[in-house]
Amino acid sequence: MFPQEEKLIRERLGREPNDVERAMLEVMWSEHVSYKSSRKWLKLLPTKNEHVVLGPGEDAGIIKFDDKTWIVIGIESHNHPSAVEPYGGAATGVGGIVRDILCMGARPIALLDPIRFGPLEKEKNRYLFEYVVKGISDYGNRIGVPTVGGETEFDESLDNYTLVNVACVGIMKPEHLVHSYVTEPGLKLIIVGNRTGRDGIHGVTFASEELSENAEEEDRSAVQIPDPFTEKLLIEATLEAVYTGKVRALKDLGGGGLTCAASEMVGKRGFGAIIYADKVLLREPGMTPLEVMISESQERMLFAVRPEDVEELARIFEKYELEWSVVGEVIEEPKFIVYWKGSKVAELPIDLLTEVPTIEWPMKEYKIEEEVGIPRISLQEAFEKVWRSPNIVAKRWIWEQYDHEVQGRTVVKPGFDSAVLKINEEYGIAITADGNPNHCYLNPYHGAMGLVAEVVRNLVSVGAKPLALVDNLNFASPERPEVYWSFAETVKGLADAAKAFNLAYVSGNVSFYNEIVDKPIKPTPVVAGVGKVKLSKIPKGPNKGDVVTLVGETKRELGGSELYRVLGIRKGIAPRVNLEVERKNAESILRLINASLVSFVHDLSRGGLLVALAEVAALFNVGMEVTIKTDMNPVEFAFSESHGRYLVVLPERKLEEAREITDLKVIGRIIGSNSFSVKINDEVLLWNLDKLKDVYWNTLYRLMD
Amino acid sequence: MVKFAVIVFPGTNCDFETVEAIKRAGGEAERVWYKQSVKDYDGVVIPGGFSYADYLRAGAIAARQKVMEEIRELAEEGRPILGICNGFQILTEANLLPGALRPNKIPRFLCKWVHLKVVDVETPFTYLYEEGEVVRMPIAHAEGNYYIDNPSKVRIVFQYSDEKGSITEEANPNGSVLNIAGVTNKQGNVLGMMPHPERASDRFLGSEDGLKVFKSIVEWMKK
Repeated sequence: MFPQEEKLIRERLGREPNDVERAMLEVMWSEHVSYKSSRKWLKLLPTKNEHVVLGPGEDAGIIKFDDKTWIVIGIESHNHPSAVEPYGGAATGVGGIVRDILCMGARPIALLDPIRFGPLEKEKNRYLFEYVVKGISDYGNRIGVPTVGGETEFDESLDNYTLVNVACVGIMKPEHLVHSYVTEPGLKLIIVGNRTGRDGIHGVTFASEELSENAEEEDRSAVQIPDPFTEKLLIEATLEAVYTGKVRALKDLGGGGLTCAASEMVGKRGFGAIIYADKVLLREPGMTPLEVMISESQERMLFAVRPEDVEELARIFEKYELEWSVVGEVIEEPKFIVYWKGSKVAELPIDLLTEVPTIEWPMKEYKIEEEVGIPRISLQEAFEKVWRSPNIVAKRWIWEQYDHEVQGRTVVKPGFDSAVLKINEEYGIAITADGNPNHCYLNPYHGAMGLVAEVVRNLVSVGAKPLALVDNLNFASPERPEVYWSFAETVKGLADAAKAFNLAYVSGNVSFYNEIVDKPIKPTPVVAGVGKVKLSKIPKGPNKGDVVTLVGETKRELGGSELYRVLGIRKGIAPRVNLEVERKNAESILRLINASLVSFVHDLSRGGLLVALAEVAALFNVGMEVTIKTDMNPVEFAFSESHGRYLVVLPERKLEEAREITDLKVIGRIIGSNSFSVKINDEVLLWNLDKLKDVYWNTLYRLMD
Repeated sequence: MVKFAVIVFPGTNCDFETVEAIKRAGGEAERVWYKQSVKDYDGVVIPGGFSYADYLRAGAIAARQKVMEEIRELAEEGRPILGICNGFQILTEANLLPGALRPNKIPRFLCKWVHLKVVDVETPFTYLYEEGEVVRMPIAHAEGNYYIDNPSKVRIVFQYSDEKGSITEEANPNGSVLNIAGVTNKQGNVLGMMPHPERASDRFLGSEDGLKVFKSIVEWMKK
């Protein structure tokens, strides 16, 4: 807490808070829980459209899929804990977002993991990478929720650090909706699941500060311990309890522990609570009321139920061998009172905990965009470097460790533009997540717009109509004026782009203070999107003889590109998004797919056209022959990361009909031979298909094993 | 109607889709919590997952639960018992099948689609397959490396192969003896397999090759 905030608390309370109260206030007034620096800006984001059932404000957002089915989605960051203890940090990140989905009354059906690291040449970064993946794998696999996608990026700016974001999607029937707030007094508050221990004490305050050099030793106790076995039982027990219709409110105990869960649950509609902290089941002896109130031990849920229903629900918890105890009750009076063995140890007005004043930090605009000449490098050399980049190659080393098939819904597997999960016999959902800190660093506004555009392109490429978005905003300290400015610009970009597509953000997360030893990260917003797709329309893949076509305009936009990154060029101008063109092209792609005119569609993003072409060849084991004439420099044309573009592969006989929908420029053909050849003006790139595939599929194994 | 119990231990996580696949195959199935009796069912499936979080050894604690005694009696009566993935591990731990499942040759979790050669089509689980047929199913395990000192103690049913049916070292994802992916007891009524047939039982999910396992048992039982 900042000194002016402590002063404000003293004034409103009319006295000094005692130690327990101070600890609770510190948790609730932390950036991580209160969103005090971001709330004002987040109001700019559109949060409503015809698909939205429940927007931001509860534990996860809800979208209508059809009359009988709702889709629940949320996203969370676990950056600080993962940087200190990658295995536990990443695993508990998964656990937390899964419970957020669960507490709306939904069954979690898929996870996406956007994760970022420093370069793999360094052992420390390989360690962080290996154990973040293992943490996600061990947790997600054990709870039986498939990890079907995400993205992985390596960048020098993240040396010794990691950004771990997790999105989760759930499915529910409308009649099972449970809110995270109570609407009546007299309810009993029950904690179910793990016992409460000393792990994760001050987790949220630790996540609201920069990491020091010795973070690994000093902050380990702030990282929680993962227990996926209990989480799996908690999922089944919670859903069985929800299906009784007797759960009045439900929240998970995550950041801020019992203090946060209970005060938010009762405070939202102006009620209060009495907590008997000594009734909380403990993992170790000698814990103090302060520790009990702010512990972030995992795998715990807070249920609010009427007294007469406690027994029925307890039978369900006991069936799953989960421990439970009544820890308090909802009261009419808007106060948060804590007892410990009969004596009152805290009493605060509820709104002092839940209504934290916003902070507006000073801002300073930065301008680093500037024109850079086209690098003097041949097409061959440039491709050699870019195609071997860990940012470009297949991430199979990662997703083979994730059980991406459990639950039997995974129609489009990891490695494609979006994953698709079957929801019923006819329709599924497509999900994807994108970030691009190099574009966002050069120009936060256009970089952010670009993410939304890319999410939309990824969804429509598998034939899905976009329904909703969630955002995870990873930034350095908001107390740095340039960072705070870039944050505001980012939110404006996210808002403007979403409005152009008539999309809403239904949930999100902000993670500030991502810096280690005074080294701030680049602005790293991540956007995940969900769309609805007719399963029979998903393009299946290219066939020999198909023509390869390009939709959209390629501009001189290498700023922030993967080519620049591998060449060490940090300047340039970020690609601009033309929202009108982007929307029109997305609609055209959907029309092409729905008219069954195409074999395959792939969005153009990181690495540009040449990478997209090579990916199609490597993914489907097909040869390709491409010839392009352009006024641009061949290297610039090949690696430009202009938005609004798609590769569309289709049978030649359908070309004419397709052209009635949109302008497709034929640039090549899928061939039977074992070669990948691309000619741009006079420059020629020729690779053997086996080598192309070997680099694509095996590079990450060579770096890691 | 042929009715199967799909056992749910704490930590089991493939129960719902296994029930679904049996229904698709024309049978009836119910999820049965491990504390309930399975005596009245025509057959039992022990589905995949992480029973008891793999504590001690994968399958070791589930194998020692009371329900396994009932399953042993059903097996002795000749009723079909199918263990998939963690279910296979439980069957070996319970000595309903000989051998053991060791950590994969690369000791980490591996989720991928594999080719399998069906080598014994005389069992209730495989009689609708052609002998030597090559099928596709996904695996998802960290301990699937089947070891048995004397393979003549079992009937080999599925072997990891390449897409043409050759049993090669390259096609073996976990290092199992003789590329074994699935075995039955001598009588042929207890099958353990590491691949997940229930995940290959829907045209939208990449393959329907696994559905034949369930169709085979359902049809066999009707005979």
